[in-house]
Amino acid sequence: MRKTQIWDHVILLAGVFFMVTPVVLAFLTSTHDAITIYKEGIQFAPGGKFLENYETVLFQAGGFTKEVDGFVMLKNSLILGLGFAIGKIIISMLAAYAIVYFRFPMATLCFWVIFATLLLPLEVRILPSYEIVQKLGMVNTYSGLIVPLIASATGTFFFRQFFLSVPDELLEAARIDGAGPWKFFKDILVPLSQTMIAAIFIIMFVYGWNQYLWPTLITTDESLFTLVRGIKQILQVWVGAQIPAFNEAMALAILAIVPPVLIVVVFQSWFVKGLVESDK
Amino acid sequence: MSTITLDTVRKVYAGNVEAVKGVSIDIADGEFIVLVGPSGCGKSTLLRMIAGLEDITTGEVKIGDRMVNNVDPADRDIAMVFQNYALYPHMSVYNNLAYGLKNRGMDKGEIDRRVKEAARILEIGDYLDRKPRQLSGGQRQRVAMGRAIVREPAAFLFDEPLSNLDAKLRVQMRVEIKRLQRALGTTSVYVTHDQLEAMTLADRLVVLNGGNIEQIGAPIDVYDKPASTFVASFIGSPAMNLLDVKADGNGLSLAKGAGLSGANAKGKDRYTLGIRPEHMEEVAGPNGGDGLLLEAVVNVLEPVGAESYIYASLGDGGPEIVVRVSSHARHEAGEKLFLKVAPENAHYFDADTGRRID
Repeated sequence: MRKTQIWDHVILLAGVFFMVTPVVLAFLTSTHDAITIYKEGIQFAPGGKFLENYETVLFQAGGFTKEVDGFVMLKNSLILGLGFAIGKIIISMLAAYAIVYFRFPMATLCFWVIFATLLLPLEVRILPSYEIVQKLGMVNTYSGLIVPLIASATGTFFFRQFFLSVPDELLEAARIDGAGPWKFFKDILVPLSQTMIAAIFIIMFVYGWNQYLWPTLITTDESLFTLVRGIKQILQVWVGAQIPAFNEAMALAILAIVPPVLIVVVFQSWFVKGLVESDK
Repeated sequence: MSTITLDTVRKVYAGNVEAVKGVSIDIADGEFIVLVGPSGCGKSTLLRMIAGLEDITTGEVKIGDRMVNNVDPADRDIAMVFQNYALYPHMSVYNNLAYGLKNRGMDKGEIDRRVKEAARILEIGDYLDRKPRQLSGGQRQRVAMGRAIVREPAAFLFDEPLSNLDAKLRVQMRVEIKRLQRALGTTSVYVTHDQLEAMTLADRLVVLNGGNIEQIGAPIDVYDKPASTFVASFIGSPAMNLLDVKADGNGLSLAKGAGLSGANAKGKDRYTLGIRPEHMEEVAGPNGGDGLLLEAVVNVLEPVGAESYIYASLGDGGPEIVVRVSSHARHEAGEKLFLKVAPENAHYFDADTGRRID
């Protein structure tokens, strides 16, 4: 008993070590200046440039056009993450609602078609998607960043499974209580799905936040750059004898981690509830 | 408050499964009707058709004078209590009761008055702010009833409302439902598979089997004069003893084996004979007289407290019967018994159709 407990902890600690070390090293490295990093590589002790580096990435306009600072990129990433998560939740809840509660021809087929799109990642349809966005004139807009990605097979699937587990009597009781389809959705289903919504929100927010390929394609205007793209941008200025600002890249990477971590920490209790507990 | 009329109501599901086969019932204003039958007999389907949760294939359902076949459940002026209560889990008890009234656009003061009144009647006033999951099964059941009461509907529909409660609570709630229904005088249709619940609650019983009505009547009439072998074996516990018998010039005897004698009362040569367990009287031996005489060998004595049941085989290894005796009776396995049945307590059913022969 005790022996297995010790082993359990050893394994867990090893997992924690592998997960956390890169983050800690990135943070430590981000507190040095670029020259030290260039000469000595990754740093294992804190340096003295914490404030300067973070101030630079947050507030000093950089990039090619000198229009965008870290703060703007943070804002853009937030807009993308939130729009992505909220959009996906709304669309997939409505889709699941239609599939589960309304009898329409080929509903099952519809569901499986939606489900099958899971097999087609963004990369597969990237050319036609870009073509459409471009023809609609949505290149370099927030809606161009968000809308083409908000259909979600995963979300639809999870909400479908959840709705299927809601007892039919609840619908029947609501019908007798005079609730129409919209009222039933709004008054009963949405509140019941709270924990599910929270769980999907976290997953989708982080997913949206970490998007790289799509924003790279859709936004050429630097004022729409997201944090994840910003990191790349900093390292790209290898012009002449200039040393890439590794310190700033690390600082930006650390900043990019913070909001998703905050979201997970804040929603964590809900998230776990959504996964393990049904409030029915 | 209102009458409910079912006129040759049928329900055919996809795949041509006929769940309800032309059922007609006239339910009087304020009457408590219990639909009873084994699972799959169509009782729940029938109730759900009255509620409007199932389409009616053919036939008519009227609530009051209004034909409601195509009326939405919400507009039928009925309230339903579900087996699993179907309370809204995220709403407080108060909102559970008020939800239906709010949807009807009722005035806030009136909603409050009705909810408080229902809470008073059902003694759930202390729980109005709680969520359903914080309540016990019995309390949830009361809330479900409260949701029906606040509507002040023309009829209550109960779909096996006590099945999820433990035995003790079930008896208690049964009494309460009856008292409540009497006090409110609301027409009620109650579905159950429990014959005891059916007997104790009903003004009139409707016994259903395979989508057909077997018998409609006051509980005691159904018990005393079951219309068929199905009703005879379904209503009453332990069930009525049913024996295949033949009759000839010498009188009545078992179709197979010995152990039964009596006069041929009905002038046919084959019957199913029905005898309730409590209608067999122990006698010292064959002593003539009218009525039937059974000879049986005790297999098991089962004391249940207030009374005991003897399981005994007729003749030598013939069909087994159940005899209800006083709890003080002492019997050993293998002991021989003579049992007498008064003529008025013998039920005769057609051997082929199972219908009662009077």
